[in-house]
Amino acid sequence: MIIVLVEANADGLTLFSREALTFARALGDRAGHAVQAVVFDEPTDAIRQQLGEQGVALAHHPDDPRLSDYAGASWAAAAVDVVRSSAAEIVLASGTPRGNEILAHIAARLDVRMAANVVQVESTDPLVVTRQVVGGAALEDMRLDDPIAVLSVAGHACDPQAASVAMTTEVATVSPTLDERDLVTRVMQVEQTQAEDTSALTGARVVVGAGRGAGGAEGFTDLLELTELLGGALGVSRVVTSLGWRPHSEQVGQTGSRIAPDLYIPCGISGAIQHWAGCQSAKTILAINTDPEAPMVTRAHYAVIGDLHEVVPAINKELRSRRTG
Amino acid sequence: MTNVLVCIKRVPDVSGEVLLTEDGMSVDARHVGFTVSPHEECAVELATQVADATGGSATVLTLGPSDGVEQLRSALAVGCSSGVLVEADTDRFGPADVAAAIADVVRAREAAGDSVDLVLLGNDAADTGDFQVPVRLAYALDRPVLTNISSCEVDADRVIARGDGPDGTEIFEVPLPAVVAVLEGGVTPRYPSITGRMKAKKAPIDIQTPTVEPRGSGRVRLRVPPPRSGTVEVLGQGADAAPAVVDLLVKIGVVSA
Ligand SMILES: Cc1cc2nc3c(=O)[nH]c(=O)nc-3n(C[C@H](O)[C@H](O)[C@H](O)COP(=O)(O)OP(=O)(O)OC[C@H]3O[C@@H](n4cnc5c(N)ncnc54)[C@H](O)[C@@H]3O)c2cc1C
Ligand SMILES: Nc1ncnc2c1ncn2[C@@H]1O[C@H](COP(=O)(O)O)[C@@H](O)[C@H]1O
Repeated sequence: MIIVLVEANADGLTLFSREALTFARALGDRAGHAVQAVVFDEPTDAIRQQLGEQGVALAHHPDDPRLSDYAGASWAAAAVDVVRSSAAEIVLASGTPRGNEILAHIAARLDVRMAANVVQVESTDPLVVTRQVVGGAALEDMRLDDPIAVLSVAGHACDPQAASVAMTTEVATVSPTLDERDLVTRVMQVEQTQAEDTSALTGARVVVGAGRGAGGAEGFTDLLELTELLGGALGVSRVVTSLGWRPHSEQVGQTGSRIAPDLYIPCGISGAIQHWAGCQSAKTILAINTDPEAPMVTRAHYAVIGDLHEVVPAINKELRSRRTG
Repeated sequence: MTNVLVCIKRVPDVSGEVLLTEDGMSVDARHVGFTVSPHEECAVELATQVADATGGSATVLTLGPSDGVEQLRSALAVGCSSGVLVEADTDRFGPADVAAAIADVVRAREAAGDSVDLVLLGNDAADTGDFQVPVRLAYALDRPVLTNISSCEVDADRVIARGDGPDGTEIFEVPLPAVVAVLEGGVTPRYPSITGRMKAKKAPIDIQTPTVEPRGSGRVRLRVPPPRSGTVEVLGQGADAAPAVVDLLVKIGVVSA
């Protein structure tokens, strides 16, 4: 049995959770395990439908008002109950902030190893998984040979795909055993902070990137105009946030956001591995850089060699003129 | 008076290609310098802020080779007042082993009458990225733990922390003693002053040997992923390339013709 912990939002299961379910099904097919889910959110029809499409016949829904405010410890306690009662061999979630946190709690409670950010399964007996290390610049093959294997799936390690046979998902409500101590870390309050919202960046189809080459906080006018003309989002390098030119919420990379747009246009970004870590899932990369030897240029699909302060305004002008045509 | 322990990890400062040692078991760091994760630099900054605000202390700890003193001194130069080096071969230590060794240090200090009220760590180490040491440490010490935290402050016997959640900024209030794992972005690490550097040279560093018998990380081998195949197509030089760029935008469908 493989247990997948899924996350949902107003539209149903998140993209990352659907990826994790697809990953789990492929692993289950190889290892001869069925896949069940744990849903903390209210299991709406939309969620049940999506779970069914992923071939999940049974979803466990821990039902306790004390779980409505998230706490890594209490959600993990509820998940461990399900893992024990269903005699699961593998526990898996997407490698999101909450996914990695809950899994670490589960691994600590079960006293077993955990592999974070897995991209592939090397072998199933013994279970050896391949995971991203050094921000994705290197891969580690890691053996998970404890009685229960705990792993998180790296974002975009696979595309979500429907199962060949859809299921009607049954929801089993469970009453978890919760300890008061697991509730002290619950979220006390949530503040809406629009400026810090990174979902616009991580979900954008087009991202315009800006690095040290922007030259200063005042060097973003043309880049922001290009972003707007393309209906995209601005993403920046760590140099840009460290120098205070732009907020950290816009940072792409190992210690920022991971993006997977159709098009990424990094301007004046050298392409250090920690930045590449965050943008390597882009379908097409068009680099604009004065240095033809910059790693970002040599790794890109397309490049323009030149000063971004000349190239970007010229692109904006061309876009505007074709638009008014 | 909050006594903070902040944990940092010495890691190779690679920015270009990652090279591996011949046995494929570690990153070859012979030609690069060393650093710590930006998350940990922010944890050090928060440790200093909490110590200053409460009249307490900030101690910096690393588990690793003796050269880790370099990273300890960097933290001592920006406000930590003492260091602990737990000398060990990190390749033999998995995240549970590191957590057990740090827990031993905390217990020994508390047994000697030095409370450790708040342990700050990075959310994930820059090299192994296990996302576990803070949580496992919390279990080893039976203390509450928060991860993905951008900023925190201490109010009497509680730590008030903020972090970005799926629906906005989440605020937590947890009784001390506690463990908090920090992400880059909520605070700006300070630069060392000249007096800071002078102090760092003289600050005491307690060197210890861990007593835990490591179980290891389960690593079979490291590999470097193959580079993206295919070569780059240069659309042109300077402003003259603009029409070719817009043609490409149309071709891949992000701009309508
Ligand atoms: C553990 C760790 C985590 C990290 N996490 C991140 C992260 O999340 N994100 C991140 O970005 N970095 C991260 N870094 C930092 C990373 O190593 C690099 O230092 C950083 O990405 C470099 O930013 P940059 O490309 O803007 O600057 P530089 O490396 O200085 O490159 C500037 C580029 O701009 C070009 N250029 C200059 N002027 C112009 C111009 N007028 N027009 C066009 N091109 C021009 C130059 O040719 C050069 O290629 C991390 C580092 C570590 C150690
Ligand atoms: N060898 C180490 N010495 C000190 N702290 C460490 C060590 N390894 C990990 N940590 C701390 O634990 C955090 C998370 O690490 P990890 O769980 O390995 O991703 C890091 O950011 C550090 O703050």
